[in-house]
Amino acid sequence: MKNRIALLPLLSVCLVLLFGLSLVYGAVSIPLREVIDILCGKGSSSPAWEYIVWQARLPQVVTALFAGASLAVSGLLLQTLFRNPLAGPSILGISDGANLGVAAVLLYWGGSISQVSDFPITGYVAVILAALLGAFAILGIIIYFSSKVKNNVMLLIIGIMIGYMASSLISILNYYAAADRVHAFVMWGLGNFSAVSMEQLPFFSIVSVTGLLLSVLLIKPLNALLLGEMYAANLGVKVKQARMQILFCTGLLTAIVTAFCGPISFIGLAVPHIARLLLGTSNHKLLVPATILAGSCVALLCNLLMVVPGSNTILPLNAVTPMLGAPVIIYVIINRKNIQYFN
Amino acid sequence: MKQNPVITTNALAIGYLLKGGRRKVVHEGLDLQLRAGEVTCLLGLNGAGKSTLLRTLCGFQPPLQGEIYLSGKALDSYSRASFAMTLGVVLTEKTNAGGLTVYELVSLGRHPYTGFWGRLREADRQIIEDSMEAVGITHKASQFVSELSDGERQKAMIAKVLAQQCPVILLDEPTAFLDVTSRIETMALLHRLAVEQQKAILLSTHDLDLAIQMADCLWLLAKDKPMVAGSPEDLILQGAFTSFFDRGMIHFDSLTGKLNLVQKNQPVLVRGESNLVYWLGNALKRNGFDPMENDHADIEITAQTSSRMLLHQVGREPQTFTSVASLMEYLKDMSSFIHN
Repeated sequence: MKNRIALLPLLSVCLVLLFGLSLVYGAVSIPLREVIDILCGKGSSSPAWEYIVWQARLPQVVTALFAGASLAVSGLLLQTLFRNPLAGPSILGISDGANLGVAAVLLYWGGSISQVSDFPITGYVAVILAALLGAFAILGIIIYFSSKVKNNVMLLIIGIMIGYMASSLISILNYYAAADRVHAFVMWGLGNFSAVSMEQLPFFSIVSVTGLLLSVLLIKPLNALLLGEMYAANLGVKVKQARMQILFCTGLLTAIVTAFCGPISFIGLAVPHIARLLLGTSNHKLLVPATILAGSCVALLCNLLMVVPGSNTILPLNAVTPMLGAPVIIYVIINRKNIQYFN
Repeated sequence: MKQNPVITTNALAIGYLLKGGRRKVVHEGLDLQLRAGEVTCLLGLNGAGKSTLLRTLCGFQPPLQGEIYLSGKALDSYSRASFAMTLGVVLTEKTNAGGLTVYELVSLGRHPYTGFWGRLREADRQIIEDSMEAVGITHKASQFVSELSDGERQKAMIAKVLAQQCPVILLDEPTAFLDVTSRIETMALLHRLAVEQQKAILLSTHDLDLAIQMADCLWLLAKDKPMVAGSPEDLILQGAFTSFFDRGMIHFDSLTGKLNLVQKNQPVLVRGESNLVYWLGNALKRNGFDPMENDHADIEITAQTSSRMLLHQVGREPQTFTSVASLMEYLKDMSSFIHN
């Protein structure tokens, strides 16, 4: 028990290191001294470097920090709620719902997450609202089916099917959209942490932190739900209410990240497993904070891996996350007989 | 002196509400009384409504009609929290608790008592320790639930329900997936808890033998029949079992409390020490003979020791057998010879 808790400070140290490294290391090489000077407000010999650190790297790193934590926590909440280790925001179609919302705005109305086009101030607000709407619409459908279908694997498959349907609507939107809008949507779909500007960062961070705090408030009912809904009800948990709170929290976190960063795969699915494997427990008192920290660490790591060494190109985020996430899931499935939380 | 009942029901009807306001009544007119300090077993064939009754008493589904009183108060007047402190359950529902330690699992029983964050106080910790001690799982406290055997896992769940400190405990088939020794252990444990902690314990089971042996009270539930309740012995002597379990070839033997296959069998007279007579009878019944102890029959067995049994047949020399198996083999050959 004691050495398990010791992992939390360890993860925090990792997080700080990765955070620092991400500020220093990027497609444009800037000397460490200069970065420190810039961050300390001493200015720099090059205004371009100053701009890169303040306006590009810092918001990107903070975005990765919150996006990783948000996605990982949504995955954890869904896995506990549906009592299925393969549940996650992308598998249950919630990301696809957010996708669809974003696609509708980006492709049909021509809104934009970064630049201001047809409707200036409402541009990114419209995208976020659409993502939220899409995510909650899919969540609503999943909730409806979860009361009809008791088998969790079947529910997961229904989620995948609904995801396909959302994707098909997106294809139709793509087909009829203008070429430049399609390009913008495809770029968004590759995923990245750099779309959040310094001006948007407070909004993004506040929504994300709100969702994360909400998840921390749900720790007690989450633990009771490990025993199943009937046991939880007998322990005095208001199951319906808890279920709605968990799903709302998941929808909020997934939608905000998807709206700004694109549909990021695998972080939501894999990080809760990484946290459980590291801690060896399903107790949410440790698991929720560990998942938050691990999610941030993994996102920052992905952000670093996106930088191709020796060149000034950046890989798409969704090219990196499956490389980290998929092996974790395969490992977990193959070793499920030896992993206690499966049994 | 009988205790006051902890659960009473009044003309209770159980079942399901279907679409369009129609009702599917599984059982009605139930007037039940569950007493403290006793283990009550709910017996019945599949489809008799055992699970529906348990779910209704647990508050998981509303009764179609009638009232349920829990410790003198109507069930639907309980708040969620106070209900959780009054009635605890052990279910057959699959749990995902493998990644919790036994201590953490048992501590979930304190859920209704702890605050928003679920922080355990000293008193809570003491209760958790005591609960683990009472079921004898203290030595496994820091192990993961996934590392436990089925019997230990059931003990841990019972410890959880003890930590919940409810006067009433309802268990859905707690012995279903256990091996023979764990079954008896679990039942003995429940009986001890009922007596020592004055709990009212109700469990559903298919284990007729064990229920007759260990239960203070039985509830016999069958489709389209009024429910019968009473001590096992009274029910057997009144012939209540016979009418509940007799079906086709199955017959309830009120002397042994066992269900038997009814066949027209050749009678065999068995003589000897009671232990030998009992087990020879067991083997004879299985092989299609009808053992008896004081009548006349064409075949007679005199058991002198477990390795010396004499077989007498009318008009033949007595034969000696050194094991029950060899004796049975001979009798089977003989009867198939006669039948063909």
